Amino acid sequence: MTVPEGLRFTRSHEWVRQEGGIVTVGISDHAQEELGDVALVQFPEVGRVLQKDEKFGEIESIKAVSDLFAPIAGEVVAVNGGIDDAPESVNNDPYGEGWLIKLRPMKAEEMESLLDQAAYDEYVKEL
Amino acid sequence: MVDYAGWDMPVQYPAGPATEAKACRGGAGIFDVSHMGEIRVIGEEALDFVQYCSSNDAAKLQPGAAQYSLLLNAEGGVKDDIIVYRIDASEFLIVVNAGCKDKDWEWLSQKSAHFRVTLADESDRTALIAVQGPEAPALVARLARGYALPGTRFRFGAAKVAGAACMVARTGYTGEDGFELFCAPDDAPGLWAALLDAGASACGLAARDILRIEAAYPLYGHELAEETSPMGSGLQWAVKMYKKDFIGRNAMVVRSQAPLREVLAGIKISGDAKAIPREGCELFAPNVAASVGYVTSGTLSPTLGCGIALVHMGRGWAEPGKQLELDIRGRRVPVEVVNLPFYRNGV
Repeated sequence: MTVPEGLRFTRSHEWVRQEGGIVTVGISDHAQEELGDVALVQFPEVGRVLQKDEKFGEIESIKAVSDLFAPIAGEVVAVNGGIDDAPESVNNDPYGEGWLIKLRPMKAEEMESLLDQAAYDEYVKEL
Repeated sequence: MVDYAGWDMPVQYPAGPATEAKACRGGAGIFDVSHMGEIRVIGEEALDFVQYCSSNDAAKLQPGAAQYSLLLNAEGGVKDDIIVYRIDASEFLIVVNAGCKDKDWEWLSQKSAHFRVTLADESDRTALIAVQGPEAPALVARLARGYALPGTRFRFGAAKVAGAACMVARTGYTGEDGFELFCAPDDAPGLWAALLDAGASACGLAARDILRIEAAYPLYGHELAEETSPMGSGLQWAVKMYKKDFIGRNAMVVRSQAPLREVLAGIKISGDAKAIPREGCELFAPNVAASVGYVTSGTLSPTLGCGIALVHMGRGWAEPGKQLELDIRGRRVPVEVVNLPFYRNGV
């Protein structure tokens, strides 16, 4: 799978993409592979303010439930309504159609503390 | 691949559990269940021994017939659920759960001291492949040309399937028709390949769990345990109280004198709510603070298109149609009690 450039990652396998003043968050290809076919996602409410590393939801497959953690602090400005009817987009297109939430960051510098592509790939190799 | 009762087994194949379960219900799925234990009982008192240790009535079995049964402990709790195959007048094969095999072997060996029987643990010499689904009987028949296969459920006989010498039993754990093929371990890979070639779909542990929950079959360690009673698990029918003496009989007599307080029931997630019930989730009734039950096994049913669960619950609330709530990791989800099984295809 071609991973878009410029993504940042957490050790809990979320990715973040900066798009102007908003960041988009999803789970990595590795994470969707481990989880199996996504059945449903518990989303946070739009407007909720998240701290960095705060649990914001859950993503479930038949075999497992995984918590979702905010990569950086921010206010939830959107959640992906398409997931409800097409949860498989998380598996098929984790970096595109399978995005989960969008945040307005509170502390832009928190992006710097996240792993870049190379560091994340290294991290996954050693799991 | 995961460790399941000491065996290296696939949770799923590339298709994934939901697709695999659908492939079984729509055609034929194959399951490598070689981890199951097989204990042979031979001797002039084989029937008496089986009648003493097993809760069902083995005397009803003609050679070539099998039955579901339970191994009870002295307190009337369940040590394991089993299938008893009658080979002939003085020979039986007992198939036990992998996770209970060592325990069952110890138990049966100990109890056999008082009977003129010989026991043999054949588990390591026996492979087992289940072929299940509406197309399964025809598929196996195509690979067993020239051999008569069992014509009805719970019958078994010898046949060569894809060249492998098998005991072919018309039994299964999916709620579909089909066969379970017992063969030598060396023959199993070739038989598996032949079944795949013939159009069967490989199904892993997750798919197997989905199918047996849909069919409302108990899984030892979830619906059944040493502390659980057959009565509370809907398995009273597998305990033949009219038999003269068997392990657990006295305890069952005592238990049957008290009213049944708890039962095994089925729930499904109500309406459009999307949720997957998980083992241990607690059930709540309107205006009752304390929980009225808990999930013993839960899954997302590809056949029904919603979350379903087997639950151990207070009898009073277990009426089909009752609207209750399930606590799933702190979230209350509406559920409805439904009749069991959730789904079976004519078996």
